[in-house]
Amino acid sequence: MIALSDFLILGAILFCLSVAGIFLNRKNVIILLMAIELMLLAVNMNFIAFSHYLGDISGQVFVFFILTVAAAEAAIGLAILVVLFRSKRTINVDDLDTLKG
Amino acid sequence: MGIEQFIFYFFALVMVASATMVITVRNPVQAALFLVLTFFSCAIIWMVLEAEFLAIVLVLVYVGAVMVLFLFVVMMLDINIDRMREGFIRYLPFGVLVGLLMAGMLISVVGSVNFGLDKFAEPARHAADYNNTRELGLVLYTKYVYPFEIAAVILLVAIVAAIALTLRRRPTTKYQKPEEQIAVKRDDRIRLVSMNSEKKK
Amino acid sequence: MPDNMQTIYIWIVLAPLIGSIIAGLFGKKVGRAGAHWVTIIGVGVSCVLSIIVFKHMVFDGADPFNGSVYTWLVSDGVKFEIGFLIDKLSAMMMVVVTFVSLMVHIYTIGYMHGDPGYQRFFSYISLFTFSMLMLVMSNNFMQLFFGWEAVGLISYLLIGFWFKKETAIYANMKAFLVNRVGDFGFLLGIAGVLMYFGTLDYATVFANTDSVVGKTIQIIPGSDWSVLTLICICLFIGAMGKSAQVPLHVWLPDSMEGPTPISALIHAATMVTAGIYMVARMSPLFELSETALSFVIVIGAITALFMGLLGLVQNDIKRVVAYSTLSQLGYMTVALGASAYAAGIFHLMTHAFFKALLFLAAGSVIIAMHHEQDMRKMGGLRKYMPITWITSLIGSLALIGAPGFAGFFSKDSIIEAVGLSTIPGSGFAYFAVLGGVFVTALYSFRMYFLVFHGKERMDEHTRSHLHEPSWVVTVPLILLAIPSVIIGFIFVSDMSFGNFFGDAIKVLPQHDVLGQLAENYHGPFGMILHSLVTWPFWLALAGVATAWFLYMKRPDIPGMIQDKLKFVHKVLDNKYYVDRFNEIVFAGGSRFLGKLLWQNGDVRVIDGVIINGSAKTVGWIAGIVRRLQTGYLYNYAFAMIFGLLFLLGVFVLA
Repeated sequence: MIALSDFLILGAILFCLSVAGIFLNRKNVIILLMAIELMLLAVNMNFIAFSHYLGDISGQVFVFFILTVAAAEAAIGLAILVVLFRSKRTINVDDLDTLKG
Repeated sequence: MGIEQFIFYFFALVMVASATMVITVRNPVQAALFLVLTFFSCAIIWMVLEAEFLAIVLVLVYVGAVMVLFLFVVMMLDINIDRMREGFIRYLPFGVLVGLLMAGMLISVVGSVNFGLDKFAEPARHAADYNNTRELGLVLYTKYVYPFEIAAVILLVAIVAAIALTLRRRPTTKYQKPEEQIAVKRDDRIRLVSMNSEKKK
Repeated sequence: MPDNMQTIYIWIVLAPLIGSIIAGLFGKKVGRAGAHWVTIIGVGVSCVLSIIVFKHMVFDGADPFNGSVYTWLVSDGVKFEIGFLIDKLSAMMMVVVTFVSLMVHIYTIGYMHGDPGYQRFFSYISLFTFSMLMLVMSNNFMQLFFGWEAVGLISYLLIGFWFKKETAIYANMKAFLVNRVGDFGFLLGIAGVLMYFGTLDYATVFANTDSVVGKTIQIIPGSDWSVLTLICICLFIGAMGKSAQVPLHVWLPDSMEGPTPISALIHAATMVTAGIYMVARMSPLFELSETALSFVIVIGAITALFMGLLGLVQNDIKRVVAYSTLSQLGYMTVALGASAYAAGIFHLMTHAFFKALLFLAAGSVIIAMHHEQDMRKMGGLRKYMPITWITSLIGSLALIGAPGFAGFFSKDSIIEAVGLSTIPGSGFAYFAVLGGVFVTALYSFRMYFLVFHGKERMDEHTRSHLHEPSWVVTVPLILLAIPSVIIGFIFVSDMSFGNFFGDAIKVLPQHDVLGQLAENYHGPFGMILHSLVTWPFWLALAGVATAWFLYMKRPDIPGMIQDKLKFVHKVLDNKYYVDRFNEIVFAGGSRFLGKLLWQNGDVRVIDGVIINGSAKTVGWIAGIVRRLQTGYLYNYAFAMIFGLLFLLGVFVLA
């Protein structure tokens, strides 16, 4: 028997890993994007678990939308990355300080 | 331990391990591949949760499309990995601390005290003819039809945006202009000149 | 024929305005001759119509007309209207104004001949006639104030007519500023009327004086002031500015920087008498406040005597006439203070004619002398300019009150009225006006002798060109000389001693000095005969004799006197240091105050603390806060994560 808490804990661990990943790979935008994908995955995990245990299919609908938005976000994020690299020859976050006050 | 539990714990372990690799490996290509592994494991766990459609979508869309896109980009760009790794060791304790702190707090909330089996009993399995895709489709095209359409528009916008961002015209590139080639007249190409047949002396 | 009359009133006002607009706005199109014809016709029409109205009022004995023509606006029940009040008082003023104005228009053709601002000049004086008529014919305080300010504006424009002349600009600014002081009082007076009577209409105000008689107001806490006294004094301060009474007289002598026709029209005959007219018009108010009358009589007396004394030391021919104007205005004011309003107005009328005459004669001399105004460089002009000489002599005789001439009747009425008056201050005033007679005679004939008799002190070039100016100059002189002689004789019985003005002027029985005089009045010839045994005649004669002795017989004596009484001469020469006082105390004081406020209030507090200070504070805070904005993506990500962690901690631990 698998408890609901098991799935939730798995999602929490996944989420914390991605937060830690943002800290560790703070200079690499690609890894940052990947960490964000991981975070979304953790959230999706929670949604699906609740959907299963509560017997409500709506949770899965939300996951569907999250996947949609995540895909769009990844596409645009990567496109920006490409444009950025084309103009600055770098994707190192340290070099991107145009907004500095 | 039943087969379900075995599958869940095994792939949960794979998932956590591969996620850890995602954030720690040097090479972004490897990180992407580990992310693929994470998604795979996740899809299998979703199978256990009877979300078959989403599990398949995760594999198809994420592994098949998004992650390939990531790999493309990683390989296309000439990235100086060493510089990217600067400060990794320095921030490692800090990152681990924040991660553990957050994990501790999250688990204390979502742990078995609040969400154990005694609070949420495992629901009964669906019958063999249960069709997750059909169920999902039923609500998606009725109750959630407007959000669904909006999601479609978001995807369209994302496509347009991605193309518009990355499209660039190279002025040096030479193109054919077929319409001009077809519309050409004789006089555009030939010039008749009358000349004396021999040189004057 | 009331309908017809109303049309006439409107046209009296509009004709000069139309002329002014044509000459002013289309001056280039109509040309020089066009400009003077159109304005002269405008004023001429106005003059003829005024005479018709005068005849209608005085000889046909029509009832006064009081009606509104146009309601400008109504605010909170208070109507602002344009309306006419035509009674004998305003009809007389209309005739004086339009007649003198017409003479000046004609005279100007000669005087301004060749001036580049010819059309502009005609436009101004026509506009002046319009404004003055609006003032005189008004039936409410609003229109009175409009006319008051309009004539002030035109006075300003005309004093500075030669705007390239530094002194003219200074003089017109001075006139404008000094008039502002007076106008401020005037406006306060009107405001007081509006506050206590709730209307600006003359008739309504005068009908309701009883309701305000006992009321008091506390300007300074603890002291009760009679409302009527306050209103009257405020109104009179306006009159002091416009009619150049001490201490607001300083602008009038300087206004002589303007062209001479202007000095004649505005600064002698008409505009400066607006204050006198206004006080006479307000007689129902002034009568009720003995304090105000006392104030009026003292101010008038000071002006009459001391401004006359200044005329003794002036060498500029126009300035002598200007100081004589001040002095004569003082006489009129004294008459007002003594409740002899009719005598004051009578003197106003006679003065308008003979003073305009004197000014135009002075202008004629100036033209002949090639714009030389210093009397020390004239002399013996009698031979060269007979008409100017004769008319000047008539004007001077009228001015000093030689028996039979216009000035005699009006001035003698005033002096005798003051002698009978019991208003506090009338004793001093009587002394002042008697002294003024001697002084007037002295300076008038000093000028007369210096200019027309004695040695010819001008240079050879000027002498060879001396001649009488053209007919446009001499005809107005002659036309003005006629009333200067006869007008007093004609009107003295009615104006001074008869009840000529009827209800227009109201005098309380206990103040009615003219009524007392009338009991002993036996016609103009009786008055002339009687005068031969009174002080004023002998004083005037003594003045003339002194002038003759000092400037004809022994021209060396004035210099000796000047040396002996250096101090007195210096005080007179500096006009009692009033100008200096104003410059140092008012101008200097306000400059000091302005500088203080500028440097401390504006630069330090507003600019320094409020404007730059607030900007600097924002900049300082922003300078600190901007360090938060590193521009690095991960810093923002960290901030988000820490926020998340914090919220989570609050949620979990709480």
